[in-house]
Amino acid sequence: MSARRIEGEGEVLVSVEGVYKHFPIRQGIVFKKEVGRVHAVDGVDLRVRRGETLGIVGESGCGKSTLARCITGLHPVTSGRILFEGTDITGLPKSGLKAFRRDVQMIFQDPYGSLNPRRRVGSIIGDPFAVHATAAGAERKRRVQELMELVGLNPEHYNRFPAEFSGGQRQRIGVARALALRPKLIVCDEPVSALDVSIQAQVVNLLKDLQDEFGLTYVFIAHDLSLVRYVSDRVAVMYLGKVAEAAAVEDVYVRPRHPYTAALLSAASVSDPDAAERAERIVLTGDVPSPIQPPPGCRFHPRCPKAAGRCVEEDPPLIRRDGDAPGHVTACHFPVEPGESLAGREASIAQVSTQPDLPEVEQ
Amino acid sequence: MSSYTELEAQELREDGGPPPGGPARVRGRSPFQLAWARFRRDRLAVASLGVLALIVLFAVLAPLWARWTGHPYDATFPKTGLDPDGQPRGPSGEFWLGADQLGRDVLVRAAYGARISLVVGILAALLASVVGTLVGVLSGYVGGALDTLLARLMDMTLALPYLLVAILLATTFQISSVGASLTMTILVIAFFSFAAFGRIIRGQVLSLKQKEFVEAARSLGASNTRIMLVDVLPNLVAQVTVLTSLLIPTSIVFEATLSFLGVGVRLPMPSWGSMLGEGSDVFQTAWWLLAVPGVLLLLTTLSFNLLGDGIRDALDPRGDRSGGRR
Repeated sequence: MSARRIEGEGEVLVSVEGVYKHFPIRQGIVFKKEVGRVHAVDGVDLRVRRGETLGIVGESGCGKSTLARCITGLHPVTSGRILFEGTDITGLPKSGLKAFRRDVQMIFQDPYGSLNPRRRVGSIIGDPFAVHATAAGAERKRRVQELMELVGLNPEHYNRFPAEFSGGQRQRIGVARALALRPKLIVCDEPVSALDVSIQAQVVNLLKDLQDEFGLTYVFIAHDLSLVRYVSDRVAVMYLGKVAEAAAVEDVYVRPRHPYTAALLSAASVSDPDAAERAERIVLTGDVPSPIQPPPGCRFHPRCPKAAGRCVEEDPPLIRRDGDAPGHVTACHFPVEPGESLAGREASIAQVSTQPDLPEVEQ
Repeated sequence: MSSYTELEAQELREDGGPPPGGPARVRGRSPFQLAWARFRRDRLAVASLGVLALIVLFAVLAPLWARWTGHPYDATFPKTGLDPDGQPRGPSGEFWLGADQLGRDVLVRAAYGARISLVVGILAALLASVVGTLVGVLSGYVGGALDTLLARLMDMTLALPYLLVAILLATTFQISSVGASLTMTILVIAFFSFAAFGRIIRGQVLSLKQKEFVEAARSLGASNTRIMLVDVLPNLVAQVTVLTSLLIPTSIVFEATLSFLGVGVRLPMPSWGSMLGEGSDVFQTAWWLLAVPGVLLLLTTLSFNLLGDGIRDALDPRGDRSGGRR
């Protein structure tokens, strides 16, 4: 990890500017009436610099995966801009989109669902070459086998089906496919959370090795805090579709400013038992509010130990707070001070159920 | 990172290895080979396949039966086939399966009827499955207005009273040639079968569309056509095969129904349905006129159904009780 990466300088590769992604909930048989919206991503600003790894953490349903799919152009955004190398990709015509997709690849969470069970591995990894017509026939096979070797698979297994591989090997297949076109950015959507812990480290190290070798830029999504700390240069913490805090990795882990970050970190497992003994856990009360009707003001206020009247009325901007390192931004009116303990304090503003009377929807 | 860990090698063996008690696997087997191995273990399905092979042989060799017996299917033999009262004679050395009320050989007619039943049944089922798959995939994958249009079209087809429409078509067009009536019958059956087929495929495609590998293909920049052909269709092969094999007996019965009512394949070309229709007038004195086509029809549809079940069990890995993740 170079100093350049920590400082967050260098050329901006991806710039996410005020991106909103809402999923409409429709009811009715003939005339589908919009009865609500899931605010999956609700105004996110992020920058990813060339060569760095941006970790995105947050609990389930906070919009991490949706944001990832917006960045890769799989979901059209509701509003906002996503600039990739200075070009807005949200309104790209078909031809431009295809070129963009050569440069941005994705590694998926589920190594079982992300590989077509009816196709042979060679054909799956060769797909990028076929789609972009860059290599065919024996040339394609040679390059696929090179890729397989690169990610630690036996090139002899070219003609096998995905079902003949273990979870870790399948994820390597996914990595090889993502790597095929030598992309500039790879979005990893919880790439190891479906794997055994013993296999996780291998895949993560593979990703890091490949980053060093090819100068890749990663957006790394995970809910495992220690994993994110290990792989990331900078970290963004998401809560209910918004970025709560973003900074260089050590700033977030050593000096968290947002109460939500502090609570997350206090809940993470610590490998040292003595330290674990001393650690005070911040227990959040209540549930994550529904993203269909997020709470007004700061989204975290119904569960925040530090919340005050202002938090209900005013949405805190994501800006640098007093005494923080450059590039450390927090969306909180009353950031956690160094040495302050939140453990044992409960949320002061009662949580009003925001679950609207709607059918269950899948995101 | 380029070598295997022992743990991963272990996992590989557990994941893709042979079922417990099976022989040690040396090399990978394709899904088709695995399905065939499962199919062979299903005795009922293999027996059905045998019965169907015999029926196909019976149908293919129809001209041979006609030559051996000296009874063309449309020739009447009033002297040998009918008794002095004009009643059809039962099974005998001359007419193995008896004669019908016009003195025609039931065995020869049943063999030609088998041709019609099989040809109509299989072609109609194939046509319905091709159209149904096409409509289902387009409807499910493209979605939007096209989906609404196609889904309503399928609903409408399913709501039509098929017998009335078939009778109406037959009487309107006054088709008299065998070939034209055959085509018409196939088209009518396919038209009334594709909708149920398309609906099932549509549902399947809707669930496939949510799979991450489709998303992966989209993120690679693959076109919708490519995704439908390369990623969606191969995953429908099992479903389509099973549905088609189960659609064949339905189509055979459909054809028999139409021919029974006289709006299917035109006389004098025999069909099991028209044989049943003609035989129903005199069955009190000549039981074989109903028994022969009836038993053949039953045997054929039953075998096709059991075969379809066998194929489904063989292709659906979840039905595989001997293990394996997928």
